[in-house]
Amino acid sequence: MFGRLTIEALPLYSWVAVGGAAVTVGGALLVAIVVTWLKAWKYLWTEWLTSVDHKRIGIMYIVVALIMLVRGFVDAIMMRAQQAVALNSGGYLPPEHFDQIFSSHGTIMIFFMAMPFMTGLLNIAVPLQIGTRDVAFPFLNSLSLWLTSAGAGLVLVSLVIGKFSTAGWTGYPPYSGVEYTPGVGVDYWIWAILISGVGSTLSGINFIVTILKRRAPGMTLMRMPPFVWTALCTSVLMAFAFPALTVACGLLALDRLAGMHFFTNAHGGNMMNYPNLFWIWGHPEVYILILPAFGVFSEVVSTFSRKRLFGYESLVYATAAIAILSFTVWLHHFFTMGSSANVNAFFGITTMIIAVPTGVKVFNWLLTMYRGRIEFHPSMLWSIGFMVTFVIGGMTGVLLAIPSADFLMHNTTFLVAHFHNMIIPGVLFGYLAGYMYWFPKAFGFAFDRVWGARSFWCWFVGFYLAFMPLYILGFKGMPRRMEHYNDPSWQPYLMVAALGAVVVLCGIGCMVMQLYVSVRDRNLTRDSTGDPWDGRTLEWSTSSPPPAYNFAVLPEVRDREPFLDMKERGVAYQRPAHYEDIYMPKNSMVGVVMGALAFVLGFAVIWYIWWLVIACGLAMWVALIAKSSDDEAEYMIPAAEVAKIEEARYRALGSRAGGGT
Amino acid sequence: MTAIVGAVLVAGACDLRRSAVLDPKGPIALAERDLLIDAFIVMMLVVVPVILLTLFFAWRYRASSTTAAYTPKWAESVRIDTVVWVIPALIVVAVAVLVWRSTHKLDPYRPLASSVAPLEVQVVAQDWKWLFIYPEQGIAVVNQLAFPSGRPVSLKITSDTVMNSFYVPQLAGQIYAMAGMQTKLQLLADAPGTFVGRNSQYSGGGFSDQHFEVIAQTPADFDAWVAKAKQAPVKLDATTYPALAAKSRRNPIAYYSAVEPGLYDSIIAKFTHGNHASGAATPPARR
Repeated sequence: MFGRLTIEALPLYSWVAVGGAAVTVGGALLVAIVVTWLKAWKYLWTEWLTSVDHKRIGIMYIVVALIMLVRGFVDAIMMRAQQAVALNSGGYLPPEHFDQIFSSHGTIMIFFMAMPFMTGLLNIAVPLQIGTRDVAFPFLNSLSLWLTSAGAGLVLVSLVIGKFSTAGWTGYPPYSGVEYTPGVGVDYWIWAILISGVGSTLSGINFIVTILKRRAPGMTLMRMPPFVWTALCTSVLMAFAFPALTVACGLLALDRLAGMHFFTNAHGGNMMNYPNLFWIWGHPEVYILILPAFGVFSEVVSTFSRKRLFGYESLVYATAAIAILSFTVWLHHFFTMGSSANVNAFFGITTMIIAVPTGVKVFNWLLTMYRGRIEFHPSMLWSIGFMVTFVIGGMTGVLLAIPSADFLMHNTTFLVAHFHNMIIPGVLFGYLAGYMYWFPKAFGFAFDRVWGARSFWCWFVGFYLAFMPLYILGFKGMPRRMEHYNDPSWQPYLMVAALGAVVVLCGIGCMVMQLYVSVRDRNLTRDSTGDPWDGRTLEWSTSSPPPAYNFAVLPEVRDREPFLDMKERGVAYQRPAHYEDIYMPKNSMVGVVMGALAFVLGFAVIWYIWWLVIACGLAMWVALIAKSSDDEAEYMIPAAEVAKIEEARYRALGSRAGGGT
Repeated sequence: MTAIVGAVLVAGACDLRRSAVLDPKGPIALAERDLLIDAFIVMMLVVVPVILLTLFFAWRYRASSTTAAYTPKWAESVRIDTVVWVIPALIVVAVAVLVWRSTHKLDPYRPLASSVAPLEVQVVAQDWKWLFIYPEQGIAVVNQLAFPSGRPVSLKITSDTVMNSFYVPQLAGQIYAMAGMQTKLQLLADAPGTFVGRNSQYSGGGFSDQHFEVIAQTPADFDAWVAKAKQAPVKLDATTYPALAAKSRRNPIAYYSAVEPGLYDSIIAKFTHGNHASGAATPPARR
């Protein structure tokens, strides 16, 4: 009846594990109680969970990302605390627990923090920037969100029922095979990734079509905002790279469930095929995450330098070049697997070639700042912090790309420091810059700058404290993923790294304060203009938050900076002659229901509850058929209603001194 | 305050110089380290100007500055575009040449040029320890790798469990150990000394304790060490091997006075069932 699920699955093996489970369950209960107390279930269901509006889906993605950021950070600070004390001692975490923590930290941060954060920013900004009313496939968009959330849910549940994987976020076989790790941990990992991976593939397809087919009249490819270009390249990468991950995890699942031998030691399996498949996804994934961050930096640096982006075309070609080259370098993740010198040298060189377009981008941002009027908005602080820190990570990346040097540094904390040096200042700083940049657009009130700046400084300083020591420890030959160690000369560095984690914790505290203060003061800081930064692109031409239909009349684009161009020509905020009826997609509960079913399906496979797997599979199939045969997927907003909403906006604009620009 | 910070930095710098990777004790690790430093210096040509320019521009063109130039529409320059594409590209060409040459020169499969024939050692990764078999000497040792300094050591490496990575940072870097397959690594120590070897690829619960002692000795000391091992009471053969291969943590150094011939090959063959008989169990990339 319940497969291999028994009472033994409760995490009673240590107090730390019990605490983790209690916090997870308590947090969920607290949210449920608050929602009930506010009598907000109906509102939540009709306005948010079933919504297919890209702006709301974007916000929900970012909520998922921020929750998972906190969860992943708790893992991080627990690891830092363990390593700071575990010299010749067991510390406070046994290996079996420490190993789950580093595995869940990586899995969460890549798949359930960075991916949803990125997809959320794309959802909020891309349709507005290209001047359209929604994405190409609004229901698919909702489905992607809920599949991603289902994956995140599985990772969270693993904390309460059963254990998580100990095989690291990359899950290399044969260790991750059923022979060496028979429990549910690796299965949790596989199914969380398989389910959310489908969501990511669908998002990729959705945004490719949206960007190629739904741009406002006049917006040629070479007039697209830089963020849209990066979003397009990222979406192409998602659609092409994620299937490789799905195949790798799918084959691993077959090895585990069906006794197959794709990656096993014996019976003709070949473990080396797994790293190959995994990194054919894994390296493009790095660029899937970082290209949109580059897009944000391009927007932010230009806006807050009050200057046109330098070298737009150069930047576009650099982005496209990075996207293509990202598929040619995956072997650098395993130079030490015994490939010939020709193969290693080839992939070492292709890796360095990527440094050229990346370098071009850095110079373009620099030259955008040159002769600008730089305003130190928190988003700009994240951008400057990124530029000075990212080049260090780029440099260590080139060092690791030299195969012979990689023989020395591979699998050490130097590697750990390198990729955090790319992912934190590159990816996360970019997303946080975007979060603080577009927050007023999404909610219509200001995002507190003081707490934003404090958060930046804590993250910035904390990053250096936490990761510079890891570079040094790499030189000292410290392998990654050590639960304890016997070299006393490592400990001082690990203590500094732990201190860095504490400073980052302050940064996260500042982010919470920023949200609290901003929401508290929302009535004082309402933005009636929709254009708080004297923006250049179309998202700033509509109100904040934008109406459901985004634009009452689709804008006409004549320049790369269409809204600035309209302001300069004096045609911004012009009342149109008349309004027309607008058709918008209807909310649908099928997305959230399918997400819930996918979650239960994943859970049932993990615990071998086969009847439930079949039931969920059938139910998903029925839901999809039902949704597909629904011919009334749209509703109409009458022209009069549009006129009313727009009039209210013009009144608010007019009451402001000067109105408009 | 300044004095304390200064003292910490100086202490840190001294400590860094003594770190395993930056303080190599053999020609291979030395060449790899030098490569690291050469590439680091070349990269600094880009890194330092970018950091300084970013900070300088941020300060120089701050909004509150009244003297800085402001050109809001300036956004194109063919000359600058050419420079930012061509100069990094030239640096990459230079580093690419370095990569191609060094990768071939330091290929871990390439035997070291030496007047002395290399010492053959067969390495088996186990949960969670390392077994070293000396076919010439007919002995086996757990968690200790000894050899004469000045004589190249040719390692053949496999695993009797999950993927491991054999890593001796001060002498040779690392290479993966995989079941049913064999990888190779060359070692050479300039002078006698004791070094640390580790598994750098996470392999399960006992991973943190899976380190071993690496001893480079004078030839006389090495002979004495072999003689001592030959005194050990236990032999390693098909009957004693399974007990050793079983999972265990923190194994003490142990010696086996004799090794059944062909044991190493049989460890590989048990995963391949003779499928790779002629290919001698090298990874496909090297067949």
